[in-house]
Amino acid sequence: MARTGARAADLTLEQLCSAKEVLVSTGSGGVGKTTTAAAIGAVAAARLGAKVLVLTVDPARRLATALGLEEFGNVETRVPDEAFAHVEGGARGELWVAMLDTKQSWDDLVARHAPDDATRDAILANSIYKNLSGKFVQSHDYVAMERLYEIHTSGRYDLVVVDTPPTRNAIDFLEAPDRMADFFSSRLLRWLIAPYRSRVVSFASKPFYSVADRILGTQFLEDIAEFFMLFQTMYDGFVERARAVTTLLGGPQTSFVVVSTLEVAPSREAEFFLELLSDRGYHVGALVLNKVLPDLLLSTDGADTARVLSTDADAVAARLAPGLSTAAGPVDPAHLAHVLAEVGTNFANFAVVARREAEQRAELSRTPDLCLTVPWFDDDIHSVDGLLRLGEVLWR
Amino acid sequence: MAAGPVPLLERRLLFVTGKGGVGKTSVASAIGLLAAQRGLRTLVCEVDAKGNLADFFGVGPLRFQPTEVREHLFAMAMDTEESLKEYLRLQLKVPLLAKIGPLASTFDFVANAAPGVKEILTVGKLTYEVRERNYDLVVVDASASGHVVGQLASRVAIGEVVNAGLVGSQTDWMIELLTDPATTGVVVATAPEEMPVTETLELIGRLKDETEIDVAAVVVNRVLPELFGRDEEAIFGTLRADGAAALAGAVGPGATDVLDAADLAVGLRRSRAVHLARLREGLPVGLPVLYVPYLFTRSHGVRATSLIASSLGEELGF
Repeated sequence: MARTGARAADLTLEQLCSAKEVLVSTGSGGVGKTTTAAAIGAVAAARLGAKVLVLTVDPARRLATALGLEEFGNVETRVPDEAFAHVEGGARGELWVAMLDTKQSWDDLVARHAPDDATRDAILANSIYKNLSGKFVQSHDYVAMERLYEIHTSGRYDLVVVDTPPTRNAIDFLEAPDRMADFFSSRLLRWLIAPYRSRVVSFASKPFYSVADRILGTQFLEDIAEFFMLFQTMYDGFVERARAVTTLLGGPQTSFVVVSTLEVAPSREAEFFLELLSDRGYHVGALVLNKVLPDLLLSTDGADTARVLSTDADAVAARLAPGLSTAAGPVDPAHLAHVLAEVGTNFANFAVVARREAEQRAELSRTPDLCLTVPWFDDDIHSVDGLLRLGEVLWR
Repeated sequence: MAAGPVPLLERRLLFVTGKGGVGKTSVASAIGLLAAQRGLRTLVCEVDAKGNLADFFGVGPLRFQPTEVREHLFAMAMDTEESLKEYLRLQLKVPLLAKIGPLASTFDFVANAAPGVKEILTVGKLTYEVRERNYDLVVVDASASGHVVGQLASRVAIGEVVNAGLVGSQTDWMIELLTDPATTGVVVATAPEEMPVTETLELIGRLKDETEIDVAAVVVNRVLPELFGRDEEAIFGTLRADGAAALAGAVGPGATDVLDAADLAVGLRRSRAVHLARLREGLPVGLPVLYVPYLFTRSHGVRATSLIASSLGEELGF
């Protein structure tokens, strides 16, 4: 149950975590991406004796609380050893966690790249900057990858497991560093800064400013020009970093873990993403499938029995009822027949779903070398124990 | 609100939101289909460019220009750049976007950087269709719950920077339509699971605190059928404990799998019942909650839209 569809018999998550320095967990919203990343981090810390950081973007509150994240946010925080009390022989490594605070990360980035304190303060106070760093969706992608780079380069951890932001498209963050470099490209800068540099607006750009002025207002245009002029001082630093981040994501020390459920929409996105990653030469270490229904629903014996129960429940009930009783007394055959029919219908209902999902699973598991499946848990995970249990399911 | 909430299909503009993975798009398309079946000229608009809405009507890729997908039913995909062009043409009488070349090429940046511009171009297009009475009902497959408040609370965002330009002066009528409960409502799609329920309750709180937009209904998707009543559960218990061998004798070796599958269903239903109860307790009194059963045979696509539409129809008493 723990693993199906692995290509080579010896491929395991253990091996992947031992070999790689960065694991990037990706997938569409609501598939358990964050929990999977945290579980991989927890089990790697416990089993490998490694110092592991889980960098997460938007954890569920109860999970954050369990990990002690609510207080610390952007700061890397160690999960106390007591949380590993139930691990045989205790935790061998260290589990650290950090939550990505986009705004704070941007401010840190500006502080690092700004040529002097005055420029830094001017940028931090610019209204366009404030809005961009807080709301610009692509800026989340960029800053997450940038933070990953910074942490990896520091050499503080054996393994960093990063959970990607919930983007419209699961691949957006891959392109974020390049886009960020384009974003500060000089052509755009020239257009926007021109009228503020020389007071002579070129003939070609005049209609742009007159329309933009009418639509957006003068204040906005001034802010945006200031923003670009200030950012220009940091341009080289940003572009260089963006290249370094791209190199890290495509490098041999990095692997992607694609997380999905077998529902139609997430599966399609996962399939698209798996293809795209391998087309572009990224290493896909594992596919993790959450909420997978048990194989017993695929049993043909079960299907035969379900059919008999749906059509012939009365006869079966008449045979079985005399041998059964509840606290309320003997079992009424008519009641029993209804229960049996429901049991049969239920199996048939779930079998349809299970077969559809088995087909999805077969299609998805063609690409990655390692396909891990996680059964449907009744409840969400919000303790280190729970993460470790899930981690163990994935581990070997 | 002594008279009770405005009935769902009597509103003119519905924003359907919800946590990723709960079936937000299928609920939005089903509301659209139901309205069209009841004779309302309906537009369904997808805001996040994922291209899923087309699947639920079984049509090719949707564009900014609405496609007629059924009788009375139109579908479109929001494109803020197209919306800007239309806005310039209709409101500002700027004939050709070509004349402002750089605005087009840097549009994405400008729209993202200027607070509220993207929101205004999105919400503006939708409210425009409502104001012009081009449709009886506009259903929006809106952003996921995490982002929708920002999208709808753009009144605050607008005030921050864009207050001098025309965009600023054009927003009063939009706000009027958005904040009128007889016109506009938010539909929160959810599923009886932990995170979706938690996010739904948080979202409804935020909508109340941070916007003046009315919540029209909560749609609980994927509700598992109840397998047994209380007496029957006892019978199932004894069958499980004492009758498994006899059942196998009577119907063959599949008996164990069938009983295990029933256990699974009972367990799932039970854990979901806890989340459903938490949802009901946490929601404001009087807010309509519509239940859509778990669809076993088809969870996606045209058939799902049609099944969900008929469930919603029953829930609304049609």
